[in-house]
Amino acid sequence: MLLPETYKKLAGEGLWHNNVVFGQNLALCPLLAVTGTATNGLGMGLATLVVLVCSNGLVSLNRHLIPAEVRIPVFVLLIAALVTLVDMTMNAWLHEMHKVLGLFIPLIVTNCAILGRAESYASKNPVVLSLWDGLMMGFGFTLVLVLLGAVREIISSGTLFANASLLLGESLAFLETTLIPDYKGFLLTALPPGGFIALGFIIAGKRLVDRRFAARTIRETAGQALTES
Amino acid sequence: MHFEQLKTRISYQTLLLAGFALAASALLGIGDWNTREAIEMRRQEDLKASLAQVIPDELYDNDLLESTVIVPGDGLPNAQETVVYQARKKGRMTAAAFRLTAPDGYSGNIDMVIGIARNDEILGVRVIAHAETPGLGDKIEIAKSDWILSFNGRSLENPTVEQWAVKKDGGEFDQFSGATITPRAVVNAVHRGLLFFDKHCSEIVE
Repeated sequence: MLLPETYKKLAGEGLWHNNVVFGQNLALCPLLAVTGTATNGLGMGLATLVVLVCSNGLVSLNRHLIPAEVRIPVFVLLIAALVTLVDMTMNAWLHEMHKVLGLFIPLIVTNCAILGRAESYASKNPVVLSLWDGLMMGFGFTLVLVLLGAVREIISSGTLFANASLLLGESLAFLETTLIPDYKGFLLTALPPGGFIALGFIIAGKRLVDRRFAARTIRETAGQALTES
Repeated sequence: MHFEQLKTRISYQTLLLAGFALAASALLGIGDWNTREAIEMRRQEDLKASLAQVIPDELYDNDLLESTVIVPGDGLPNAQETVVYQARKKGRMTAAAFRLTAPDGYSGNIDMVIGIARNDEILGVRVIAHAETPGLGDKIEIAKSDWILSFNGRSLENPTVEQWAVKKDGGEFDQFSGATITPRAVVNAVHRGLLFFDKHCSEIVE
């Protein structure tokens, strides 16, 4: 029987502890390239999420058929086919978003996080768990993309989710906000170096939170040990 | 034979790989079949939208995408041939539009579309795609600045050949503070577009 505990643990791993960016420091190329705005980050994150869930599902479904010797070519083949499908679908029905992200969609193939999850998780675990793992890892990645995009967008142009309606449909127009009216703009954060700097601060922030938590756990266990003795 | 033993056989592995390759190809084939039409329609919409920006509505009543001439692109870099879209009003040719590429931008090609009236005056220029620096070179976009409108009404004689340059090079057109390479590339490309139109006028206007 699968316990909800397993799911909770997987969610924690994907969203925080073993997050694609924070924990594994993978997929930095698409991360830095598209996070000029929060909207672009969201679009790229969702596209990656779809590919990750599908690839984890397919790999897990076929895990008993695939011999260890040829597993990598099979995984790469599956991922490449999936990415091409996502690319075609977006080009046909999410054309505005495809115009912005188009260049980076094929690059999802080279996102080592996807092959990494196929290899280290989906090829060894049941389908439902693998789907859940893909979903959580994808969510974790999307969160970081949106966070980084939001930080860079606010500092560089004073807006948040600009053009969201253009890219994601009219229903999401409410996301578009101008936080700082008449903002002159700060170019650095929109450029790649700004991406690196913002990412550095975010990773440092994550480490800081982790350390606080660790310190508190040590204090608590120490306190318990004292009262018990 | 046990399945685990079978899995180590080279023939099984080969067949498995081939099977997956076949399945992936089939999947992609189906995907292509289902999206091809929609993608082609989006591409045409894009093209129409950019052409409509450089040729005013009142100048034509035909379908621009239907009325084209293909001209060998000897005046334009990066183009074997240039598709020229003819605007006609009541069957009479009024203007033409075609794509232009400035290969010498600050980062990569700058793709543009230009509309030229029969009297050789520019109706409009728009940048379709570029990778110039945001905040500096991207003022060539109509969304960022109206600089690109400074080409409207210009022709080969207005200004003179020497004046077809940015101000820094002794010409007529503004550069941007902090960015000269981008506007210089655009000005040169537009000038080349006019020369191209002039040279092939007889083929384009028939």
